[in-house]
Amino acid sequence: MNQSITILEAKNLKVKRGGATLLNIPSLSIEKGEILALIGPNGAGKTTFLQTLSYLLKPFQGEIFFRGKKVETNISVLEYRRKLAMVFQEPLLFDTTVFNNVASGLKIRGMKRKEIADRVMEQLERFGISHLSRRSAKTLSGGEAQRASLARAFALQPEILLLDEPFASLDPPTHESLIEDLEHILYRTRTTTIFATHDRLEALSLSDRVAVMNHGMIQQMGPPEEVMNYPATEFVASFVGVETILPGKVIKRNGGSFIASVEGKEIEAVGEAHLGETVLLCIRPENVTLSTQPHREATSARNLFVGRILKIVPLGPYQKAHLDCGFPLVAYVTTHSLEELSLNEGKEVRASFKATAIHVVRKGAG
Amino acid sequence: MDLILDGIKKAFWLLITFDPDVMGITLLSLQISGTATLVSLLIGISTGTAIALSQFPGKRFIVSLVNTGMGLPPVVVGLFVTIFLWRSGPLGFLGILYTPTAMILAQTVIATPIVMGISLAAIQHLPPKLKLQILALGATRLQMVWILIKEAKLPLLAGVMAGFGGVISEVGASIMVGGNIKGYSRVLTTATVMETSRGNFDIAIALGIILLLLAYFINLILTQIQQRERSR
Repeated sequence: MNQSITILEAKNLKVKRGGATLLNIPSLSIEKGEILALIGPNGAGKTTFLQTLSYLLKPFQGEIFFRGKKVETNISVLEYRRKLAMVFQEPLLFDTTVFNNVASGLKIRGMKRKEIADRVMEQLERFGISHLSRRSAKTLSGGEAQRASLARAFALQPEILLLDEPFASLDPPTHESLIEDLEHILYRTRTTTIFATHDRLEALSLSDRVAVMNHGMIQQMGPPEEVMNYPATEFVASFVGVETILPGKVIKRNGGSFIASVEGKEIEAVGEAHLGETVLLCIRPENVTLSTQPHREATSARNLFVGRILKIVPLGPYQKAHLDCGFPLVAYVTTHSLEELSLNEGKEVRASFKATAIHVVRKGAG
Repeated sequence: MDLILDGIKKAFWLLITFDPDVMGITLLSLQISGTATLVSLLIGISTGTAIALSQFPGKRFIVSLVNTGMGLPPVVVGLFVTIFLWRSGPLGFLGILYTPTAMILAQTVIATPIVMGISLAAIQHLPPKLKLQILALGATRLQMVWILIKEAKLPLLAGVMAGFGGVISEVGASIMVGGNIKGYSRVLTTATVMETSRGNFDIAIALGIILLLLAYFINLILTQIQQRERSR
């Protein structure tokens, strides 16, 4: 991770179908060990992008370089594909045992039986499905099947892992436990990963960089906090910028809650975290209350900050107020209370939010 | 009533004593229809898979032709194979009319579209992304096709059974191109037709029972495949 090696580079990638441009990526480079999240609504081009990067979809125009070698010219498509592994939204398992499924990519490569068995066992254990090894893949639950599909990909020890919304069709508890496991595994293996999702929190907890896509183009790319707090375009703002995301360092713990230092301010949040750990605090604008009376002690809200209104954006019955409290904060105010409190840009207000209303995201928690 | 009872009694006697005539006819039937099915598997599965996996203009038309071919009337096949193999026909120089080879040829023509149509449907019914997943696992094109065929093995097996069932029970083409020559090109169906017309109901019933048993076993296997498919 220390030395930055560009492992994958795409230049002028264009995919067209029936005259319409499905994908248009002027340039993108991925460093070894990096985890990039592609986020965007359905039809934004995430799947097209992943399939083009894996050469399952031939680009209309453009080049892909793997470790500086141009695919098709300096490295064959087959050779290149064998450096990658891809997991789709559907598990797409074969009609055989779980063991044989996880072994399938290795068998395709003509690996020796003994080595296959070792690698398969390792992955089955890693994904907690060793006990299902002899079961027919058709009898697995959705979560188990997706675990087998991930194990099949990891067994290949890919240099780049491509994940196309592998959790989107799972129910929430299964989804959560799988994300958690994947997070641990990625943290340990340091596999370069590009994953598509439409879940912002998934992107936050897993990625080093986020690329927001729409209409086949990358609208904005950068560290997740940056993209989510400072959306560059209206589209990005509407898609990701709906909450404040603050990186904070845990400086005190007490029971089920902790205090994190954000830009020198102390914010109390409910959740588990280690001392000294950096966490992301996500605060939805509807959970922030604004008031102008300085002396009345806030109700049960435990976090109270004085800030200045930077900008007010009208959103129908609501107004979105961007505040500077030493850290950026976004709040919704009804148009009625906006008038009542006579809020305007530049005005000083008190912003409060409950410790329980903060969603805590732990990055790479080991 | 006596006619039927006597017929059945004699028929069982012929079966239990392994009557050489009846056994010979049965064996020849299995040989001819088995060979025809095998040849139709090679052609049908490969062509069916190729059609299913490729995109080309007129694909729909080809698929509809294959599907029509699944219900090809055996007498029509018999007619055209006879014309082709006729001494003055395009393939007359082969001199194989009224031989078991001609029967294998005709039965292959009947079974191939059945196997092809079922293979085509079986491969097309696999999830479209499965092909991408196999390629993403690093498979060559040939490996990909082989894995897809393995994935469709149960419906393909149904195709095998349907093809074999179609030709073992067919009479029109066999009698036209085989000639029903005793000990040479006489099979279960053609023999049944002949013995019935002669009034030898005992032998006809014995042959009929064998045909029924074969049909039963084929359907037994087919049903088991389908039940297994459904329970998954």
